[in-house]
Amino acid sequence: MSELRGRLASWDTVIIGVTVAVLIAATAGVENFGNGTNFTFLILDLLPIALIALPMTMIVITGEIDLSVASTLGLTSAIMGDLWNRGLTIEMIIPLCVLIGALLGAVNGVLINRLGLPSLAVTIGTLALYRGLALVVLGDAAVADFPWAFTGWVTGTIGGGPIPNVLIVLVVLAVIFGVVLHATPFGRSLFAIGANDQAARFSGVDVARTKFWLYVVSGAIAGLAGVLWTLRYSSARADNGAGLELAVVAAVLLGGVSIFGGRGSLWGVLSGVLLLAVLQNALRLQDVSGQALNIVTGVLLIASVLLPNIITGVRDSLHRRRLRAVPVKSS
Amino acid sequence: MSVATAEIRKNDKKPRLRIGYVVRQREMGIVLALVVLVAYTAINQPRFLGSQSITDILLNTAILAVLASGMAVVVITRHIDLSVGSVLGLSAFTVATVMQDNQGLPMVAALGLGLAIGAVAGVVNGALVHFGNVPALVVTLGTMYAYRGLTYSWAGGQQVTADEVPRHFLRFANSALLGVPWLVLIALVVIAGVGLMMRNYRIGRELYAMGSSPHAAGLAGIRIARNTLVAFVISGALAGLGGVLYASRFGTVDASSGNGYELQVVAAVVVGGVAVFGGSGTIWGAGLGALLLTVIGSALAVLDINQFWQQAIVGALIVLAIGADRLVAVRIARSLRKRDSHV
Repeated sequence: MSELRGRLASWDTVIIGVTVAVLIAATAGVENFGNGTNFTFLILDLLPIALIALPMTMIVITGEIDLSVASTLGLTSAIMGDLWNRGLTIEMIIPLCVLIGALLGAVNGVLINRLGLPSLAVTIGTLALYRGLALVVLGDAAVADFPWAFTGWVTGTIGGGPIPNVLIVLVVLAVIFGVVLHATPFGRSLFAIGANDQAARFSGVDVARTKFWLYVVSGAIAGLAGVLWTLRYSSARADNGAGLELAVVAAVLLGGVSIFGGRGSLWGVLSGVLLLAVLQNALRLQDVSGQALNIVTGVLLIASVLLPNIITGVRDSLHRRRLRAVPVKSS
Repeated sequence: MSVATAEIRKNDKKPRLRIGYVVRQREMGIVLALVVLVAYTAINQPRFLGSQSITDILLNTAILAVLASGMAVVVITRHIDLSVGSVLGLSAFTVATVMQDNQGLPMVAALGLGLAIGAVAGVVNGALVHFGNVPALVVTLGTMYAYRGLTYSWAGGQQVTADEVPRHFLRFANSALLGVPWLVLIALVVIAGVGLMMRNYRIGRELYAMGSSPHAAGLAGIRIARNTLVAFVISGALAGLGGVLYASRFGTVDASSGNGYELQVVAAVVVGGVAVFGGSGTIWGAGLGALLLTVIGSALAVLDINQFWQQAIVGALIVLAIGADRLVAVRIARSLRKRDSHV
């Protein structure tokens, strides 16, 4: 019973509720929001953020961060364009790009876990480094002539309906990540690392190795997102996905993952992604400019961390007051 | 380095000297890199040392260095301020618009307005960080969006162009006092002033202490709330000042001015030897970092090396800088441990 109450009070449940409420309100109140075509675009727009948010959730739960993801996406996209120019087949390029993403993640992993450098600093460095390498690979050119069979699949929908094909990729990966995070010993070890990495180490978790693989997975997913981004816009460019890392971090924090680690859920994060996407989409349909929406993103982000703090603070002070009241009564 | 500093505080009887020694070493590294880079470039392309080239480098460094000085204060306090690019944009657009509407307004008013806008933005950041108990990374990520959004919702797609602002406003950035451009003078004054504050005044030493160990600083009676606010106000105000200088230098500003600038500022600070996790580094190191980044950019251009390498080099430099930092920290910790065991 108390577990249920704890669950109801936690931020990720709140954010799921808010997301559902906003979805209903938008469908009812915003013209064209419930439209099938709009739904397709909504999913296509949130796809890269949602994909990258999956491993980012795990990384932030362990108390670390990966700011290099959007640059990894851009570098993979640039390499994809370069390889295509060199005449490789797309069937070879796609797995190669995911592998390159994994390698870039491994570089982060080695720097952070073998050399013991702070992840914030390392990934700010590789953010600049990978984006720079993307520019070195492709310059400011764009490669656009990818085969229709692939670009068409990414932008296409299942049976011509409103559900985009790529949603399958997202759902499959989300289920895998969800099960691993919430139903396996490995997942539990991530929470343990975030809560207290020394305690986790003493209870037999190989903290360094775990974190290393998280960065590899994060890189691989960013590579995959790079491939899908390139195919969606039929355009390999070095600046693809610039600034996306902040949207991902915002969604993850909005979804109730503690920046200090140890707390959060994948469902919360996915509804955080959905909430941001729905708000942006609905307000844009109302002719609010895309850039002005940044205010909404920023305020939501701060509120999502501020509100639980305030609630906890108020609850603590009430509790303390009650405790103080007890001896007075008994005397 | 914060680990090392904490180690030192615990173990060493004369901490001041040790920290100074290490820090000086770190900055000597940047100076050396600068000398080698400039010498190599100048030998291959003598026009690199031409007066126009040097002026350009200094002007470009000036704005970056002003922001980096503020960022260094925040980073030394073990926080970060990702909103500086957005504050620069907000200040640049506001000041340019006000100057456009009031052509007679003196430059001092523009500078004051920019500082004030930045200071207010900084107060909001600092208050949210301290009283909201929200990590600076989250707060300033949020306000980075919010301040940028504010500028966009106000400015929309319009821009202020160079021919709409008063002449004297534009002339300011390019005119000089005794041969030194005003922009550079301002940057030097900022570095000297903030540097002096951090080095010689109580508030500065308290900010270092907070960065080394926030908990211990609190227990030692340091006024954490006031100091956190001061750090963010300095960073915000200097970003606001940077906005005025930006508007004066380029003349044409829109809502996207300074977009993504925060990364460059953080890079300058980190490359300049300020440890990301607080407690060490100097303001003039951050200034040197800004100079090094700018010189790399111009050197690449002069040497006809693909400009696209610039960002990759900056990234590699950041990784290198924190790697070197870590190496020094580990070494000091080890040598201190060894010495302790003999006692």
